[in-house]
Amino acid sequence: MTADLTSLTAAELAAAVAAGEVSATEVARAHLDKIAAVDDRVRAFLHVSADVALAAARAVDARRAAGEPLGPLAGVPVAVKDVYTTADMPTTCGSRILDGWLPPYESTVTRRLRGAGAIPLGKTNMDEFAMGSSTENSAFGPSRNPWDLARVPGGSSGGSSAAVAAFEAPLAIGTDTGGSIRQPAAVCGIVGAKPTYGGSSRYGVVAFASSLDTPGPLARTVLDAALLHEAMSGHDPCDSTSIDAPVPPVVAAARQADVAGLRVGVVTELGGEGYQPGVLSRFGEAVELLESLGAKVVEVSCPHFAYALPAYYLIAPSECSSNLARFDGMRYGLRAGDDGTRSAEEVMSLTRGEGFGAEVKRRIMLGTYALSSGYYDAYYGKAQQVRTLVIHDFEAAFEQADVLVSPATPTTAFRIGERADDPMAMYLADLCTIPSNLAGNAALSVPCGLAPDDGLPVGLQVMAPVLGDDRMYRVAAAVEAALVTRWGHPLLAQAPGLTSAAAEARSASDD
Amino acid sequence: MSSITREEVAHLAHLARLSLADSELDHLSAQLDVIIAAVARVQEVAAEGIPPTSHAVPLTNVFRPDETTPCLSAEAALAGAPAVEDQRFRVPRILAED
Repeated sequence: MTADLTSLTAAELAAAVAAGEVSATEVARAHLDKIAAVDDRVRAFLHVSADVALAAARAVDARRAAGEPLGPLAGVPVAVKDVYTTADMPTTCGSRILDGWLPPYESTVTRRLRGAGAIPLGKTNMDEFAMGSSTENSAFGPSRNPWDLARVPGGSSGGSSAAVAAFEAPLAIGTDTGGSIRQPAAVCGIVGAKPTYGGSSRYGVVAFASSLDTPGPLARTVLDAALLHEAMSGHDPCDSTSIDAPVPPVVAAARQADVAGLRVGVVTELGGEGYQPGVLSRFGEAVELLESLGAKVVEVSCPHFAYALPAYYLIAPSECSSNLARFDGMRYGLRAGDDGTRSAEEVMSLTRGEGFGAEVKRRIMLGTYALSSGYYDAYYGKAQQVRTLVIHDFEAAFEQADVLVSPATPTTAFRIGERADDPMAMYLADLCTIPSNLAGNAALSVPCGLAPDDGLPVGLQVMAPVLGDDRMYRVAAAVEAALVTRWGHPLLAQAPGLTSAAAEARSASDD
Repeated sequence: MSSITREEVAHLAHLARLSLADSELDHLSAQLDVIIAAVARVQEVAAEGIPPTSHAVPLTNVFRPDETTPCLSAEAALAGAPAVEDQRFRVPRILAED
């Protein structure tokens, strides 16, 4: 059975472990073996923790043998984005400045997942401090898209999306500040969700932009994403922005999978010029599908969404320039140039100059500019007003529709290197996802086919109101079920097998 | 017209405590110029009388019960430090020589 374990869903694995059909240890070993077989090509992981995973798996097996109750994810492996602090695995955030850092405390999300019986496999690659859309900003090199190893897996949670799409893990956790879960999920052909801001705890998530950062799930099916969403979420006294309310019933919604009578709003401003034709055609078909399933499709206009991207690239860098001031070379991480003659301030500047990569420096500089006296009102202040207008647009749209839909990304996965030194081109990857970060509402991406022009995955974004997370799972599950029926298989069944000769040849010809 | 000069970029780097090589300054100046011109589009929006939003979800002050809970030991807090002396963080001098 071992050979097939990596192809099972999280729901199937949890059921098989609970029923005693397979041990958690066998499941963990199968996934560690898969990582060993393919990750030299995918490069999803920065750190693989076989000892931690096998110890956790043995603990689950011992609980079961003793007749003790098992958690909802007992024995299910999960890949952890390297932005979550883990007391038994290094946490680098893809940065030289934290190379080799072993945190003294555990994040709330990973603590909860361990409590639910999930098996941490290791830490996944990411754009440095979650700033980027491709993992090319990782100090440790880019991860690869399992659909085409010459292309990016998206970002910043690109190690997590690649690990799930390559069947190295059934589940992964990421963080979404401007689209960093939904965009990599879309371009890797998997499901990724950004919960309502405050629905999942930021405690132990190394901060990028605190008013936007949102932990969330990545998985191969909508139900698996909902199971992970539910297990990782909920009120946390350690995060002052955590919402003290029950987690929306996302698992029940994913099982309901029905859109009859639901009003679905197509956002006029998220489409048209600048979008890849193959993305727009698959999106149009998804809207037709929703209509055929009984949804009432309406068009809604959100005129200020056009200003969401520029507002985001003022707000996020401003918050980042403040948050990353903590990397001063004094208490943890790298220290450079401390030769006994230099002052603390000089050592601080040298450490940050050496420890941060190009994109992090760009954003710190941009944020410092936007917050400096003389520019504050014209840039940061104005961006905060745009944020209000984007929220008003959402409020008006959600009066006409129960959920909103759009393409998750303007294009499919781009080639590694194509946008690496063109920041504005890179920033456009998050065009469709940013409005929901500014407004704090829930949103996810679910696969809706392959673009006819390049054969690469396209994501359908479903947006729901604040704390209406369950609605987006209902819609996504209905779309997924209808498409799997139409195709006769899940989308990932069309991905080139990483162990096949074809993939090897493909990889070799790209080098 | 360029929106930011190389001198301004060097000043920002000092404010942000980022030591940058000359080549980095040149490259960043050109890129920041393009990015600032692009994000300045927010100024096109008529936002007269529109309140700013700092957080999407309204914030209220949060209290917890006034009870002691476990915290990091000195060893744990110092474990990742670049330099330690006598159970403390050792840092370079913080005052100028003269």
